[in-house]
Amino acid sequence: MADEAPFQFLHNEVIHYIYKSAENGETENGKNITKLENMGFRVGQGLIERLTKDTARFKDELDIMKFICKDFWTCVFKKQIDNLRTNHQGIYVLQDNKFRLLSQLSAGKQYLEHAPKYLAFTCGLVRGALSNLGVKSIVTAEVSVMPACKFQVMIQKM
Amino acid sequence: DLKASSRVTNSELFTLTYGALVTQLCKDYENDEEVNKQLDKMGYNIGVRLIEDFLAQTADVIAKVAFKMYLGITPSVTNWSPAGDEFSLMLENNPLVDFVELPDNHSTLIYSNLLCGVLRGALEMVQMAVDVRFVQDTLRGDSVTEIRMKFIKRIEENLPAGDE
Repeated sequence: MADEAPFQFLHNEVIHYIYKSAENGETENGKNITKLENMGFRVGQGLIERLTKDTARFKDELDIMKFICKDFWTCVFKKQIDNLRTNHQGIYVLQDNKFRLLSQLSAGKQYLEHAPKYLAFTCGLVRGALSNLGVKSIVTAEVSVMPACKFQVMIQKM
Repeated sequence: DLKASSRVTNSELFTLTYGALVTQLCKDYENDEEVNKQLDKMGYNIGVRLIEDFLAQTADVIAKVAFKMYLGITPSVTNWSPAGDEFSLMLENNPLVDFVELPDNHSTLIYSNLLCGVLRGALEMVQMAVDVRFVQDTLRGDSVTEIRMKFIKRIEENLPAGDE
């Protein structure tokens, strides 16, 4: 618990800041999500570089996704992805049944509308990580029952 | 090894995220002064929250280390208040009452009240002021013994005037 707390608090402050600076002006929700996503992207790029420096070369795309689900997720969120599905045509769905960045939010439906802002940074994180492994993608997330959530990764063929 | 590497990544995750934040702030504000001010403000908010996390860990240490070491039992930590400043220690069996039955003329006696004082005193020595009381007691026919602890404040160091 102790060593993860600083990141969670910082993450909260980042969200708070982005949304508060939007209040005083121009930006709308979509732009805030993009800002958070972009920050996550940079962080994902940096992290994956550090994480893969001693790993063997990946066999294929699926191999990379498995690495994201196991090693990457464990390092960032202290647990693995609970379920990985793919249609073998470039779409992957990563399900986390207890997503850490949502676990502090109350589980009721009441806060469901706030969930996207707690997911945007992580979407960027995954996209950034994949991007540095040479995989271009679009990552989105959805929540139906907190704190479970699904990340959908759509690989963009180059 | 995996544990060590995950700890390293954890601090790197923090460092990288922090870097992204500072970059964003520099984009949003023209001058450094304003960025400094924002960073300080955000740090303050985190500090205020950290104390809750600190309390959560304190609860764990009390239950798993202190009780285990001194009384040989491990209470569970439950019933956190939404604000995270209050919790219960549930004692399934309380060794202090092993051979005890309360006579009728002592219906208001809180037999194990010593424990409340012990907890309050011990935490005071690490600069935490807490309120401790029994809310359930097997001696009074409850199915479990429950000690409720509420965090009041961090105690400021109060040194006598003229002392180092």
